[in-house]
Amino acid sequence: MTEEKQNPDQKFLLFLGCAIPYRETSYEISTRKVLQGLGIELVEMPEYNCCGLPLDPVNHEMMLLLAARNLCLAEKEKLNVIALCPGCAGTLRKVNKKLKENKELREKINEQLKKTGLEFRGTIEVKHLLQMLAEDVTLEKIKAAITKPLSSFRVAEHSGCHVTRPAGEIGFDNSEDPEVFKSLIEATGSRYVEYTDKTACCGAPIAGVDDRIPLALSREKLANIKEMGGELLVTVCPFCHMMFDTNQPRIERIFNEDFKIPVLHYPQLLGLAMGFSEEELALNELRVSPSKITSKIS
Amino acid sequence: MPQKNVKDIEKEDVLKGPIRAGEIDFGFRKEIAASPGGEKLRHCYQCGTCTSDCPIARFSDSYRPREIIRMAQLGLKKRVLSSNTLWLCAACYTCTDRCPQDVEVASVIRILRNLAVKGKLIPSPFKELGKNIVETGTAYRIPELRLKKRAKTGLPPLPKSNIKAIEKLAEATGFSQMIKQSD
Ligand code: SF4
Ligand code: SF4
Repeated sequence: MTEEKQNPDQKFLLFLGCAIPYRETSYEISTRKVLQGLGIELVEMPEYNCCGLPLDPVNHEMMLLLAARNLCLAEKEKLNVIALCPGCAGTLRKVNKKLKENKELREKINEQLKKTGLEFRGTIEVKHLLQMLAEDVTLEKIKAAITKPLSSFRVAEHSGCHVTRPAGEIGFDNSEDPEVFKSLIEATGSRYVEYTDKTACCGAPIAGVDDRIPLALSREKLANIKEMGGELLVTVCPFCHMMFDTNQPRIERIFNEDFKIPVLHYPQLLGLAMGFSEEELALNELRVSPSKITSKIS
Repeated sequence: MPQKNVKDIEKEDVLKGPIRAGEIDFGFRKEIAASPGGEKLRHCYQCGTCTSDCPIARFSDSYRPREIIRMAQLGLKKRVLSSNTLWLCAACYTCTDRCPQDVEVASVIRILRNLAVKGKLIPSPFKELGKNIVETGTAYRIPELRLKKRAKTGLPPLPKSNIKAIEKLAEATGFSQMIKQSD
């Protein structure tokens, strides 16, 4: 398929997905602020639906069609897509790749999509926010936008599985030894904290089936971060954020431990370093109070 | 079907016990290999990397991806498809990335789940998500209050989904049937 260059300027369709407007608007608010500050224009994605991922376990074809429908809508807008949720980004990115490469599958899916007046042509790209920041905004531009370097913060990352896995289909960064998130955190002036099993899953996808395992997994990660002196955790996934922030008081109670590790969406961290106020970045919506961190900002 | 009660899943023993010749389905391997992502099932040589690197297996007494793969290879269709442990995979793709034989372990588990619910009730967490998607376009019903709050905080209104189009796709895949049946 021919690759049309359709992003001459820094303009993207924003795929919001379901979990962010439902529970994690602080991620959306801070992302919009920061991207505006970096000169990125966001266009709302008309008529979008769920990326399809939640239904993959029960009906793979339905997942493919829901994803493909979103891709067709983006093609109509002639814009590349960014998604803030790694589940959405990974799903749309994988399906986009599969449909571009596999003619047989493309024809099968298009046969169904025809019933809704759409056709997949393969003319756009999909990226997760992290990938877009690194590749389209670039580190240099981000560093140039920093007005308040957060040099006293010791920050750990949890990127969420689908930003890099499965490596063969996502094709971004190195899933075993990722570097992009680290460089984006360091760009804010923060000190980056390594910890054991940082690429491990938080377990969120099975919370609806059994929440004991996700809670134990997240507890272990918080304990590993604490052991390495991490004061702050940053995420780029609404589900991971719910596991570490919303559920942190519960984890502390169940395991009788004390963490009090604030969990920021990466755009909140970046936004603070760019000089935006706590209010502009919706820091008040966090469950674990970030005041011990924000009080350090002069 | 999975309950929110992990003790039941942990006690589960449908995967255990001696194998009887009569329960082997010799076509099962082919069925899996014919689905996208299941092609390499036969290549598994039981090294155990998937299980030892699986975050869920570390905290579960019953969930073992290597075991599920082996039973699928052997054709123990009924056992595998009726096992509740299937629903514990978090689809983190660690196993898929690390399998030395390029078995797409997470995709095989997805294929098994799809087969397990074929023509049956879907587990309640998925039924709810599915109904929400077909009826509203999104996996969660976003409360009116949230929408009002969006406007107040200056966020643009959420785009409305095209429910008619989604319904058509759900009909075409038999998905609407799957959520109706489980009512
Ligand atoms: S890692 Fe691959 S080869 Fe090893 S047991 Fe798992 S599926 Fe089989
Ligand atoms: S994808 Fe599933 S089986 Fe594989 S490592 Fe993750 S949780 Fe375990």
